[in-house]
Amino acid sequence: MEINRRNFLKGIGTGIAGVASGSLLKPKKLEAKVVSEYKEFVGVLVDSTRCIGCRSCEVACAEAHDLPIPDTDDESVFEKVRNPSETQWTVVNRFETDEGEVFAKKQCMHCNQPACVAACLVNAMKKRKEGPVTWSTNCMGCRYCMISCPFDIPQFEHHSAFPKLQKCNLCWDRLQKGENPACVEACPAEALTFGARRELIEEANRRIYQNEGEYFSHIYGEHEAGGTSYLYLSKVPFEQIGFRNDLGTTPYPEYTTGFLYSVPFILLLWPAFLSGVSTLTKRKNKVSENEGGEK
Amino acid sequence: MRAATTAKETKSLKEILTFVRSELKPKGKFLTPFNVISIPVIILGALVILYRLVYGLGAVANNSSEFPWGVWIGCIVMVGVAFAGGAYVMAFVVHVLHAEKYHSILRMALLNGFLAYIFYAGAIFLDLGRWWNIVNPLIGNKFGVNSVLFLVSWHFLLYMLAQLLEIAPAFAEWLGLKKLRKTLISLTMGAVIFGIALSTLHQSGLGALFMMAKWKIHPLWYTEFIPLLFFISSVFAGIAVVIFIGTICYRVFGDEHVDEEYRKSWAGLALGLGKACSVAMFVYFFLKVLLLTHYKQWGLLNSPMGYWYLFEVVGLVLIPCIIFAQGARKANMTLVNTAAIMTMIGVVINRVNFSMIAFKWYIPLSERYIPSWMEVVSTVAIVFSVIWVFRWIVFRTPILRKSPQWAMEQDEAEEAGEEAVIYSPQLGTTMADGGVPVNRRKKG
Repeated sequence: MEINRRNFLKGIGTGIAGVASGSLLKPKKLEAKVVSEYKEFVGVLVDSTRCIGCRSCEVACAEAHDLPIPDTDDESVFEKVRNPSETQWTVVNRFETDEGEVFAKKQCMHCNQPACVAACLVNAMKKRKEGPVTWSTNCMGCRYCMISCPFDIPQFEHHSAFPKLQKCNLCWDRLQKGENPACVEACPAEALTFGARRELIEEANRRIYQNEGEYFSHIYGEHEAGGTSYLYLSKVPFEQIGFRNDLGTTPYPEYTTGFLYSVPFILLLWPAFLSGVSTLTKRKNKVSENEGGEK
Repeated sequence: MRAATTAKETKSLKEILTFVRSELKPKGKFLTPFNVISIPVIILGALVILYRLVYGLGAVANNSSEFPWGVWIGCIVMVGVAFAGGAYVMAFVVHVLHAEKYHSILRMALLNGFLAYIFYAGAIFLDLGRWWNIVNPLIGNKFGVNSVLFLVSWHFLLYMLAQLLEIAPAFAEWLGLKKLRKTLISLTMGAVIFGIALSTLHQSGLGALFMMAKWKIHPLWYTEFIPLLFFISSVFAGIAVVIFIGTICYRVFGDEHVDEEYRKSWAGLALGLGKACSVAMFVYFFLKVLLLTHYKQWGLLNSPMGYWYLFEVVGLVLIPCIIFAQGARKANMTLVNTAAIMTMIGVVINRVNFSMIAFKWYIPLSERYIPSWMEVVSTVAIVFSVIWVFRWIVFRTPILRKSPQWAMEQDEAEEAGEEAVIYSPQLGTTMADGGVPVNRRKKG
């Protein structure tokens, strides 16, 4: 192809379009960081050795978020392990362990770098700078967050024509008013402690050191999936009370960064390469046409 | 030289509208077996979709919080997009590699790809719980730029535009819009190149969606290379579909819609495509073996999921790969068509594995996702709708037959114009003619 004005301008135009679309479509920050300004995350420490399975936290949560109030006298709910549902943001489960009956509360873990937030294509899932992961109504209902969440927490109202996504928001509205989360306030056994995440880890370590033999020596959530705002203590290994121990310590968004890194490169280099190949094959065709006389 | 293209545009808007109205009338027989089966299914499918919009997703589909993605996303969108891969692969072969002999089937592949994106990717709309927010990632009611899905959604949209540009000259020829066609043709190359780049990224992006579902997908399927595997499989899925629909099209459509020369050349092209398919499938299979060895997963093969994996990777990748190679060598169309169908089934199973079967494989069958009859009916209805639209367009526009005379003249004039620049006598010899002096060169 001869370089003349038309082709030159065409090339420049393609280049500019490529750069423009490249910068438009590439991820703004090429890292899985979700919160920009530094502020200490808050969290909740759940000491399952203290939990008595009264389910006051379930009731308080339902009251605080206008959800149906669960019947705490109904013991049958403990018969099988429950997950949070679209009508219950938190549930208490009972486990038979080596050390007898253990109760453990389950709700959103509020990861430091949440998979659901990295998954959301409209930022409906948001990691607030205080620590909670919240949902808002610009959600499209694609449920990619549910595919991605390592704890299977987000719950979708499948049976509604105008469905919402239901999950614990760490009482973000109450936090802004300076109040503690409803479940923490309601707990009669002091199994739940609210505070800065760093201080909660110190407190958890203190309990492990000072009560030898009382605790399994691990704080679940300190490193799991890159660290979570909800932290758990237990007297038995965590897989006995319904926790996965194969999540790894890598923040989940990092599993997609490799792919996202490649995007701007492919979007810029691939068209340039293809144009080159096209020009060459065209020229080759022409040359062989001319040399061979006919095709 | 450019007389044909500079001819005055004579058609007025009114004439075009009258023409379109006359074309809307059905052509061909109405009571064909296909119509008798497809019409009730499409009507039922439309009712199911209406029901879903009024009563919510759960009233129709069996997805749950354990299995968020059912047939609509996991099968229609994932498989539909892979099957549409033929559009970018054929555009690459014809416009980038300049393998001109495949030109006759390019429009068929493009039309199939374009409709697949509109209908199958359009099935996202059905599956979105809050579908009225579908424009949010596009209008910036928050750009979730860290999301793979954000990238995929933008690329879907842009690629649909690129495909429209690539296929639009056929519509311009149908409506007799000469000037418009000339403009569209000049945009084709750009659309093709960006189309390929966008396809590369969103075909692999669909695989990258599952990267965060790390422990939920069986280790035989979960690797860091899911995006690459999705991309390679979209290449052979796309080619297999082109072989499949090509064979059907050239068999079922009558002489008034199909060029006789094209019909005769089909077998030769299909064999070439089969060969290409075989190579792509071997690359894919080789990568799978490499991953199995690298992750030391040979032991996992001796389990129910392992057998299922072998069925997919050996039974529906390696075996069709060999059949393709044999078919191409022996010039046997039956073998090539059989391999194409096996390949397509293999890709369906592969994509379905990621969202339904290898996804949470540890959950017992009684609690697993099994599609409802309504999901199945609406899926079949969508496939039938695509065939209806495809047939409607083939009956009217030059997809399987040659472009009208004026369009060919337009292309020749364009070609001659380009050559006039390259072989301009003032320049003597140029790089492009291999250094042969102008006066000694034979006119091509």
